[in-house]
Amino acid sequence: MADLLFYIFAFVTLACAALVVVSKNPVNAAMCLLLSLVGVAGLFVLLDAALLAFVLLLVYAGAVVALFLFIIMLLDTRPGSLKPFKLTTLIASGLGFALLVVGVLSLYHRAQFPATAIPSAAPSLKAYAEQLFTTYLLPVQVVGFMLLIAMLGVIVLSKKLHTPEDVS
Amino acid sequence: MSIDLNHYLHLSALLFALGFLGVLLRKNTLVVYMCLELMLIASTVALVAFSHFNGTLDGNVFVFFILTIAAAEVAVGLAIIVALFRKRHTVQLEELNHLKH
Repeated sequence: MADLLFYIFAFVTLACAALVVVSKNPVNAAMCLLLSLVGVAGLFVLLDAALLAFVLLLVYAGAVVALFLFIIMLLDTRPGSLKPFKLTTLIASGLGFALLVVGVLSLYHRAQFPATAIPSAAPSLKAYAEQLFTTYLLPVQVVGFMLLIAMLGVIVLSKKLHTPEDVS
Repeated sequence: MSIDLNHYLHLSALLFALGFLGVLLRKNTLVVYMCLELMLIASTVALVAFSHFNGTLDGNVFVFFILTIAAAEVAVGLAIIVALFRKRHTVQLEELNHLKH
């Protein structure tokens, strides 16, 4: 049963990721990204990380994709503005894709992985909290500070600045 | 045959490569940005799989940090795209070539 679920979620994830790449309309691409994230969240549940699946859906589906859709509607990009890809671009990116797949897979096949999974219980919320507030206390604080800086940066960037002359 | 670490790693590699393909292929800045997100997500899948099959928690905790960074990155990146759109009135990468000349 778990095997079947893995294949279903993997198929949903990969198919929707491919649709993000090829879809003409940015809104459709954002929706496919959302479906792909749902597939990844399912995989996280299969990997005993239900908390991470929840956080992924909350942060990505709730915030990131909504932000993308908001910006797409704000910018009012002309629909059907997708030109056919140039042949050089197609060949180059196809080659890049193939090289990346071959490279990463050859890396995996040369690595030594444990033959069987080490059995472990699903991590509890308490275990996460203990890790975050003991071993990873400094990174948590740094990340919090970085969120503050990102917030300030966004405010500065989206402010209307009165420059004497515009570049364009 | 049960699902082992290799299945998850192959899935993560394919997902990463699809994101990479999108970054190379697409000309719309917003779609390029979505493909960057796909690449981040692919790395989180690999981390969670490693964490599960090694019986540790560190990979899962690391995914928390990746999600936080991704959220901050999206906010700043989209603000930059909006600022760019205000100046240039386009989000197509081939028209944003003022540094080239």
